[in-house]
Amino acid sequence: MLSTLTTTAPAKPIERSQVRARPAGFVADVVAIAGRALRAVPRDLESVMPPVFISLFFFLVNIGTLQHLTERNIPNFDFTAFMMPTAILLGVTGVSRAPALVIDVQDGYFDRLLLTPVRRFAILLGHLCADVTVAAALTVPILLVGFVLGVRFESGPVGVLVFILIAALWSLAFSGFGYAVALKTGNPGAVNSMFLLFFPFLFLTTSYVPKNQLSGWLHAVAAWNPVTYLLEGLRSLVTVGWSASDLGAALLAVVIVGALSMTLCFAALRGRIRRG
Amino acid sequence: MSDSAIRCDALARAFGEVDAVNGVDLDIGGGEIYGFLGPNGAGKSTTVRMLCTLLAPTSGRASVAGFDVVEQPGAVRLRIGVALQEAALDPRQTGTELLLLQGRLYGLSRADARRRVDELGELIDLSDALNRRIGTYSGGMKRRLDLVAALIHNPEILFLDEPTTGLDPASRAVVWEEVRRLNAELGMTIFLTTQYLEEADVLADRVGIIDHGRIVAEGTPAELKRSIGTDMIVARVDTDAPLVKAAVEPVAGVLGVEAHGNELFISTEDGPATISGVAVALSQCGVPIRDLTLRTPTLDDVFLELTGSHILYGGNHEEAA
Repeated sequence: MLSTLTTTAPAKPIERSQVRARPAGFVADVVAIAGRALRAVPRDLESVMPPVFISLFFFLVNIGTLQHLTERNIPNFDFTAFMMPTAILLGVTGVSRAPALVIDVQDGYFDRLLLTPVRRFAILLGHLCADVTVAAALTVPILLVGFVLGVRFESGPVGVLVFILIAALWSLAFSGFGYAVALKTGNPGAVNSMFLLFFPFLFLTTSYVPKNQLSGWLHAVAAWNPVTYLLEGLRSLVTVGWSASDLGAALLAVVIVGALSMTLCFAALRGRIRRG
Repeated sequence: MSDSAIRCDALARAFGEVDAVNGVDLDIGGGEIYGFLGPNGAGKSTTVRMLCTLLAPTSGRASVAGFDVVEQPGAVRLRIGVALQEAALDPRQTGTELLLLQGRLYGLSRADARRRVDELGELIDLSDALNRRIGTYSGGMKRRLDLVAALIHNPEILFLDEPTTGLDPASRAVVWEEVRRLNAELGMTIFLTTQYLEEADVLADRVGIIDHGRIVAEGTPAELKRSIGTDMIVARVDTDAPLVKAAVEPVAGVLGVEAHGNELFISTEDGPATISGVAVALSQCGVPIRDLTLRTPTLDDVFLELTGSHILYGGNHEEAA
């Protein structure tokens, strides 16, 4: 039967390869996984363009709507500079390759990765490194619009870099929740529903007005929201200069949220590997 | 280290109350093609996932290439190549990107990985397509790329989990030829699960038949077929075959009878000498015979004899009486 179906041309003998597999090393594993995740971004622009568009849209609309009102009522208040960190967080919060990881799980490609000698944590870490890079890149167009609208950094060019770094680290901290859900459920719908977590984080805080302008209950909630401190730290780089207390509080907020989300996502990774 | 390429001792895996694999023993030598045959849900893929370190056994032990799959999973992974039941590919990458990444994860240098991609792309006849996104590949091309991905690091042992399921006959024949060549020319040990009887018959040096998580028979295809007799008489009758099974069992030369639907499967050592007795016995009990054929046994006959069920492609068992 076989001879009737195969081609008649004699097959070239298979050369015996001397190649031997070996562990590539943790850093090489992370770089390889991150490289793949980054290569996928331009092919999957629909996952990164909407957040940038939405944040720019609200940045401009909010300025148009609230600038005069706030600047008239709050002495020495620069609403554009105040809103830029909000716009940045709106653009980078929740941007991650977690939905792509769900597709990997569903397509079986995640299993193919697990069949290699790659360190299990390197799979996740590679994705997270790619996310930091993407988040940092996404801040650039929003910053440029802010500069065009007259925003200047009191902390100077280094402050801009620190601003980008903190925003990217926040994006990383938040994306851990998405990966936890992706690995726990393998369900794209569940990953997409993570935006529900996004709302309390990003809007029960000082997104639109300073803390002293918030009404009673929101003022109390904002005091417990880590994003409040993150926004204050980012704004301090724009409007104050170098404020160790504001930056320290912002970094602490990122670390606390990041520790929680990373604990959850690495536990989800261990669980998925254990379940096979 | 043991001399076996793959060895299992009472390997078991349960999912809650369900025993997917229930005490499998295997001893597969280096350079062998071992066919693991059984219907859907028999435990084939679960066994493969345990042997490939993707799934931990509930109990029992297994070693692959001399390394324990639980204690030394990293050493096992370096020595095996795996093509799982569904081609495990990323449709957003090109074939070349996927293979180079695969090579890097196995610690190959960039140059070695590139060389292997060229060699294997030619071997599996995919060279022209490798620079295209995988999402544009046909089912057969995806299977072949999956096979290349499993071979990129030159493994000692290759696991193929239902490698031809869903392929057209021509693509299936191409995969068979590649499997044979890898075994014959490189001496690669190949563990092949399949629900296609013909595939196991044509490719495997030895076959293990698994049903409900247990191995019910093992041997070369010829041995297994011989075990139920050298000939098989199939009688199609105009009534429920189980009702007339008893009439045929006492016929001289009959080794065993399985009844299924309106068919009787009668194993015998001497078909030509026995067939007339079968015809007479059926006639005497007033059963109209639609047709009576004599053939050599197939692995499906072996499965039927051992389990009372047929293997159905793409489905579960078809119960026999």
